[in-house]
Amino acid sequence: MRITCPICGTRDRREFYYQGAAEALHRPDPEAGEDAWDAYLHLRDNPAGRTQDLWYHEAGCGCWLVVDRDTVTHEIYGATLVEARHAD
Amino acid sequence: MRIEGRGRIDRTREVKFLFDGVVRAGHPGDTLASALMASGQMLMGRSFKYHRPRGVLTAGSEEPNALVITGHGGRAEPNRRATMVEIHDGLEARSQNRWPSLDFDILSLNDRFAPFLGAGFYYKTFMGPGKTWEKLFEPLIRGAAGLGALSGAPNAETYEKAWAFCDVLVIGGGPAGLMAALSAARAGADVILCEEDRDFGGRLLAEDEQVGGQPGADWAAALAAELAGMDNVRLMPRTTVTGAYDQGTYGALERSGQHLAEPGDLPRECFWRIVAKRAVLCAGALERHIAFRDNDRPGVMMAGALRAYLNRWGTVPGRQVAVFGNNDDAHRTARDMAAAGLEVVALVDSRHEAENLAGDVPFYPGWQVTRAHGGSALEAISLRAPDGGERRLAVQALGVSGGWNPTLHLTCHQGAKPLWDDRIAAFVPPEGAVPGLTSAGAARGSFSTAACLREGAEVGAEAAGALGYATTPAALPEAEDAPYRLRRLWAVEGKGRAWLDFQNDVTVKDVKQAAQENFRSVEHMKRYTTQGMATDQGKTSSVAALAILADVTGRAIPETGTTTFRPPYTPVAIAAMGAGGEGPGFAPRRLTTSHAASAARRAPMIEAGLWYRPSYFPQKGERDWQVACDREVRMVRNSVGICDVSTLGKIELQGPDVGRFLDFVYTNTFSTLKPGRVRYGLMLREDGFVMDDGTTARLDDNRWVMTTTTAAAGQVMRHLDWVHQALMPQLDLRFASVTEQWAQFAVAGPKSRELLDGLLDAPLGDFPFMACGPVSIGGIDARLFRISFSGEEAYEIAVPARYGASLFHELVKRAEALGGGPYGMEALNVLRIEKGHITHAEIHGRTTAFDCGFERMVSAQKDCIGKTMAARPGLTGPEREQMVGLRPVDGLGRLTAGAFLFNEGDPADRIHAQGYTTSACHSPTLGLPLALGFLRNGRARHGERVRMVDHLRGVETLCEVTDPVAYDPEGGRLRD
Repeated sequence: MRITCPICGTRDRREFYYQGAAEALHRPDPEAGEDAWDAYLHLRDNPAGRTQDLWYHEAGCGCWLVVDRDTVTHEIYGATLVEARHAD
Repeated sequence: MRIEGRGRIDRTREVKFLFDGVVRAGHPGDTLASALMASGQMLMGRSFKYHRPRGVLTAGSEEPNALVITGHGGRAEPNRRATMVEIHDGLEARSQNRWPSLDFDILSLNDRFAPFLGAGFYYKTFMGPGKTWEKLFEPLIRGAAGLGALSGAPNAETYEKAWAFCDVLVIGGGPAGLMAALSAARAGADVILCEEDRDFGGRLLAEDEQVGGQPGADWAAALAAELAGMDNVRLMPRTTVTGAYDQGTYGALERSGQHLAEPGDLPRECFWRIVAKRAVLCAGALERHIAFRDNDRPGVMMAGALRAYLNRWGTVPGRQVAVFGNNDDAHRTARDMAAAGLEVVALVDSRHEAENLAGDVPFYPGWQVTRAHGGSALEAISLRAPDGGERRLAVQALGVSGGWNPTLHLTCHQGAKPLWDDRIAAFVPPEGAVPGLTSAGAARGSFSTAACLREGAEVGAEAAGALGYATTPAALPEAEDAPYRLRRLWAVEGKGRAWLDFQNDVTVKDVKQAAQENFRSVEHMKRYTTQGMATDQGKTSSVAALAILADVTGRAIPETGTTTFRPPYTPVAIAAMGAGGEGPGFAPRRLTTSHAASAARRAPMIEAGLWYRPSYFPQKGERDWQVACDREVRMVRNSVGICDVSTLGKIELQGPDVGRFLDFVYTNTFSTLKPGRVRYGLMLREDGFVMDDGTTARLDDNRWVMTTTTAAAGQVMRHLDWVHQALMPQLDLRFASVTEQWAQFAVAGPKSRELLDGLLDAPLGDFPFMACGPVSIGGIDARLFRISFSGEEAYEIAVPARYGASLFHELVKRAEALGGGPYGMEALNVLRIEKGHITHAEIHGRTTAFDCGFERMVSAQKDCIGKTMAARPGLTGPEREQMVGLRPVDGLGRLTAGAFLFNEGDPADRIHAQGYTTSACHSPTLGLPLALGFLRNGRARHGERVRMVDHLRGVETLCEVTDPVAYDPEGGRLRD
């Protein structure tokens, strides 16, 4: 498996640390309530198909990425920096 | 026997090798199989279950029968296919699965009991009470059945693994692969061409045919030489591409030095990961058998293999030869045999309408071979005429062809199923199933040489073209373009056992029986009969087996389907995949700058993550570690000790927003910290549990340096990157790990100040507890922090790593002059337990700030990671297990870490557990054992008694619950 890091280019998956669903980007307000925090921390989909998850280029540039990929075909549609997503 | 004038071996030289202890001879260019056949040895193995005598069936890596062990002791390798073993001087090979010898194998008696040993026999037969299966039957069966055995000795060979990258990977170096490589390379693409054989040419090496007006093998050699001369081509002979993985990654096994008598520095094998933008599969095709009674007798071979041995190696099993096939290609074997002067006794073609393409040989259209006769060598065959008449002919060799199966395995490695092509009665690759991989030639079901050349050229050019190279397919040489005609025939009707899977001893009857017993799914049939398992994975048998299953179950072949194709295509030694990972290669070693000095003092090393740290520094006359540890603790308490603390994670942060950032990652406030000061901080995970702790120093307004624990340095760095990039990208700061850049030493004890005053270039002046600042040592800029893990007045001094070794030397020398010296991890641990300081023994992932007594460190004034969830019900309050100190009531009893705590009078079982211990030591300072642990509502229970029970070690001690800080609770010693 190879992931194209926006900073470093295409690299083998061994350079990356896998974290989990990109859901973790949407941290609730401290006052958002138990349900919001429970969902944020614990509830995850298990999609057969397209998914977005977080990878950390630990043996590379140290950037956190959102990788857009398909759990069925293993196709990787692309990777973006989590930092850049805040500019949107 | 050898046939003069045939073969591409070097007859001017002789190679001597051992087979089953007997010296044999062959020639350079021979495989073990061809050399044995040439010396008259057709018996090369015993079968898995029935120990039937078996000879070589094929001439390639699909070989199911001729498996041998080469080498001995730690260099032995079992289950090597004799067809793939290149002979060299000193080669030592042994046959397998026989006792006492290949010729006389006691367990061939199994064959007499075959009626009782059919498919699934062990499920039905070996039933008994209790443990009879695992104690009696299984060991018996495993002893009797099997392939080669491992030596049991550590592997003495070297292996490597490596990466390669290219534009176009061409898999297979036959006519299609050579043309594909040429077309792609001429267009300018970077090409890697992998060929499983030692020579390029594929089937051209085995055929007597012309390409471009010259012998096919010569044409291939010339083209390979041309490719070798191109800068953008890498030729990899003896390399099998074993798997197709995601995003154009391919696994490949290179037999680097295994074929050499003197491999020198070459590893035995190298496992490659090849990353290719495009790949072309030109892996050719594998011939399949036709099942008939006793079709496994040594001397019965694939028709294509029989003529390969004649044309490439100049050897045949005997002078009288017959051929049995259902297709035109089989006729070539009869033709070549006759041309070589051998006696072709019969060309049997099961098709009534077949025409004789082999010239002047006895031709039997519409006939079938019904039986092979002989024991450890083929003696005769029986034929059946269309009208039912029988005839028996004496032969020593029979070539059988049931057609050819495209070698499409790699195209199905990502879960796709192959497609059935009725035209050739075989499965063909599902195009596009592996992104970027296209097939050409025989691997796609195009069997003539001309078609292979044409498709190879086209697909090679197409692959380069897709990458932006301007291409024109290479000009095509003239070549054989015969049509491929066959009528399917999987098995000949008749009595007796007709073999499908030679390696696993599976017969036509076994497959039928599986279907009868309702194992109708092809996956069930495979597992019930074992067809398609072991080293050859059914390469010569699977299609026939599922065709028979389809017939029996009344389904079409596409409907019946195939079993799943998985990597590796051929067996790969774990030693090759894991090359470099043995012994010290298992993990990187991180060594401190003081490592050599510690080792010189014979300090035993303890692993802390990847780091190696000294446990203690033994002195003469100290009988064990405890004595050394006690001395080192007293040394720190009474004079001064030196400890290398460089392994702690060090992260330097710069920018105007560092304070705000730290406020968010630590529970406590850092933005108020003044330059020149240090603060202890606690970090939580977002779920509210403690992640790590450490000190952070503010060097000046915009420059900070954080320390983490040794164990969590990587995790904290990852976490900080996450928080900054994902949650707080608007903050203006940057940070980097500087763990490797700074060597840092603790100077701890009442004489620490005295030591430093003598060492530093300028007097220290006022430098209170939790101060930090720049200092100079011998003109070198250093950083000084007054922090203490030991509870004594203590400093940590950091210098650029290149000065670490000399500073350690200097510090130890000066400490020793003051009655101190170096101390190791054991003493460090005792010192911190006496002071109640936590480590990851306490913050093990299930404890909160509240549990550790740090709830006041969670600032109410601000948000931080983990704050919301730390306030959840159940994470605070008297029901929590809270950190306490423990000491034996009698001052003597033993304390251990990992023991459970119970109320006095309660039974010591899970339900009554009140908590557990996390750290324990003997405190030389207090003269008694101490422990830290977590006890339900522990902070309210100081002074109470609890029972500590260590069920594993059989220790039970009555303890008094105390404050975690056992030594100097007011902290006067570290401040004054």
